[in-house]
Amino acid sequence: MVLSAADKTNVKGVFGKIGGQADAYGAEALERMFTTYPQTKTYFPHFDLSKGSAQVKGHGKKVAAALVEAANNIDDIAGALSKLSDLHAQKLRVDPVNFKLLGQCFLVVVAIHNPSVLTPEVHASLDKFLCAVGTVLTAKYR
Amino acid sequence: SLPRLLIVYPWTQRFFSNFGNLSSPTAILGNPMIRAHGKKVLTSFGEAVKNLDDIKGTFSKLSELHCEKLHVDPENFRLLGDILVIVLASHFGKDFTPACQFAWQKLVGVVAHALARKYH
Repeated sequence: MVLSAADKTNVKGVFGKIGGQADAYGAEALERMFTTYPQTKTYFPHFDLSKGSAQVKGHGKKVAAALVEAANNIDDIAGALSKLSDLHAQKLRVDPVNFKLLGQCFLVVVAIHNPSVLTPEVHASLDKFLCAVGTVLTAKYR
Repeated sequence: SLPRLLIVYPWTQRFFSNFGNLSSPTAILGNPMIRAHGKKVLTSFGEAVKNLDDIKGTFSKLSELHCEKLHVDPENFRLLGDILVIVLASHFGKDFTPACQFAWQKLVGVVAHALARKYH
């Protein structure tokens, strides 16, 4: 799966519109993922996962920053996220299915806050981008 | 939801070769056959909502149809379910709370499961 020039433009456009809200979107995506897919909570036994949790907010910020970094380096996502890829392979070892779940929740958050931005074409591009990020993060698993 | 499915996951177009022009997102969005079929699919979904205590029963015949006649890989039901959730989110905004999303993701999962149940 390859990101076309149009995909890259669409993705950068979305993150341009999201701007400073990215941190909040990251936190909300996580919150929704924990609520919608309770099995994902198993990776965070050390977290307070109650509503408004500062830890979830903080972690959402990290997730958002990684997505922004990937979008800003969309021609070389593997390079941009190389350290995160190592971390997920060696330490975190989050099962690959879960990246799709977080991706779904991120799309939902974008849809809620920017319905007009998420045209079918942009939706497709963003979904492809999120898949690509998931692929990079799990690339070194074995 | 149906046009969006065909645009976001283009390989799903394989089931709609008789549906006329699917050559571009614009064509898909403007295609009357696709719109009509989308309506059919969502109406059927509405039946699930009316029969939440017996979704398996509600979709029994449709499941056989999708297996024996239409030959649709059940994975496609999951894809459509995810698309539907995103469309709902874009319509309802903040009213589509996490709890709401949870319920709907479960529902689309149950419908997908019911549609796959009679596969053999």
